[in-house]
Amino acid sequence: MTSGISRRAFLKTSAVTAGSLVASGTLISKNSELKAAQPASEEPLVTLIDISKCIGCEACVEACREVNADQFPDPEKPFPKMYPTSTVPVEDWSDKTDVTDRLTPYNWLFIQQAQVMLDGDNVELNIPRRCMHCENPPCVKLCPWGALKQETNGLSRIDPDLCLGGAKCKTVCPWEIPQRQTGVGLYLDILPAFAGNGVMYKCNRCYQRLEKGQVPACIEVCPENVQIIGPRTQILEQAHALAKEMNGYIYGETENGGTHTIYVSPVPFDQLNQGIDTGKGKPHFQKVKNMMADGTLLAKAMIIAPFAGLFAAFGKYYLASREDKK
Amino acid sequence: MKILNNAGHKIFLVILFFMTLSGFSQMPIFKRYYIADIPGLGWLAQFYVTHMIHYIFAGLLIGFAAYMVLDSVFNKTGFKKISRTGYIKIWIIAGLMITGLVLVVKNLSGIYMGHSMIIFLDISHLFLCVLFLMVSLYSLIFKKPWQAD
Ligand code: HEM
Ligand code: SF4
Ligand code: SF4
Ligand code: SF4
Repeated sequence: MTSGISRRAFLKTSAVTAGSLVASGTLISKNSELKAAQPASEEPLVTLIDISKCIGCEACVEACREVNADQFPDPEKPFPKMYPTSTVPVEDWSDKTDVTDRLTPYNWLFIQQAQVMLDGDNVELNIPRRCMHCENPPCVKLCPWGALKQETNGLSRIDPDLCLGGAKCKTVCPWEIPQRQTGVGLYLDILPAFAGNGVMYKCNRCYQRLEKGQVPACIEVCPENVQIIGPRTQILEQAHALAKEMNGYIYGETENGGTHTIYVSPVPFDQLNQGIDTGKGKPHFQKVKNMMADGTLLAKAMIIAPFAGLFAAFGKYYLASREDKK
Repeated sequence: MKILNNAGHKIFLVILFFMTLSGFSQMPIFKRYYIADIPGLGWLAQFYVTHMIHYIFAGLLIGFAAYMVLDSVFNKTGFKKISRTGYIKIWIIAGLMITGLVLVVKNLSGIYMGHSMIIFLDISHLFLCVLFLMVSLYSLIFKKPWQAD
């Protein structure tokens, strides 16, 4: 089975890159083009997902599972007991690795179905869902331990050797993307009974492929060219042109202060949001405010703080010296 | 003359108390250990809330520190009166402020730090905080005030 997908993935590469995507001009999808585009532009890379094109074949889901299989958890059982048992859930997906209808530690991309009205017809749209790769990712920034990092090309990823599985990244993620597997990782070597609970997993935008100048696997295998990847300005231009063309809508450009994933949909996202199943491992399409904005504002206020302190001390000294003169 | 009057000392203690509390709540421990279940303490498990609180009190601490430095320059006698444990605590707080500020910079958009840098900052920040608590406990038990007489 594995080799079958590989062959398909391989064949697709040559077909897709030589074909329609390149013909449409600026789209960055051919491996060599991605390589050329990256160093030239200091900009982060952004993916564009054209929802109207996706047929829900799940080739991308399979490809993602295949290229990342070596990174999937391999938990030791039985799991060490974790205390207090009532507040520390055991999250075990190792017997449910074939689940593909939501995000799990073994499934970093899934196809979300939406029942919506389009031009008076009841239609079903398919939407590839995974980590949005936020511009200022709360998961990375708020991990109290540095287990995540953001790369200059805009992707964010969790280091499975460092993650302790406290799931703070999931709590602070506006889409609750990272998924936990108990019984793996660093916490086992520290105090498994009292701290940590496994490792969190999510799409890392195929960092290992990008390093080699290859596009992410899900982009490469898609028979419908649903996704493209390229420098931000270029992709944003493209997204707006596409939205205009289909009279459509954009998601991800401003959500959470901006993300490196732009969805273009023929129906408004609030309608899309009503047409999908949301819940655990199934992210929504709601409006999301910039989660890090308040912190950024306070950080700026911190610049004023020392001056306020100096001013207060000076004021006190000045008043005292005036008292003395009297 | 005292380096800090009673009101000033109380403000300082309140700042450090909330910094420590909101600092520890950056780690996902208060929910696990039921502390966030105590009525009135639910906010300890709300990461964005505790993050804001840590930032607000960091601003106050910076302002306070700047005040103390300039005030002791004007006082002339200021720094000479500080006890040994006092000096240790001041250096620890300075370390907390420096590592903390770099962490604040890290959290700004467009700042990319590698794992080792972030881990170094986080661990030294946490280590300094624990060290501060230990020195404070020591000076409380053995009655070592900030000011040497
Ligand atoms: C100017 C002063 C300070 C600033 C700007 C600051 C900033 C920060 C930031 C940004 C974090 C979150 C870590 C992250 O972003 O990954 C943090 C964590 C923390 N802070 Fe502070 N902090 C300051 C002073 C203090 C003080 C005085 C204490 C305690 C006495 C303290 C205790 C903690 C603790 C325990 C953590 C959690 C552990 C860790 O992530 O290292 N901080 N601080
Ligand atoms: S491979 Fe392409 S068409 Fe198929 S489900 Fe994925 S995004 Fe949709
Ligand atoms: S979508 Fe969630 S997991 Fe992905 S980068 Fe943003 S905050 Fe992190
Ligand atoms: S970018 Fe890579 S890791 Fe992310 S969903 Fe696509 S194939 Fe999976």
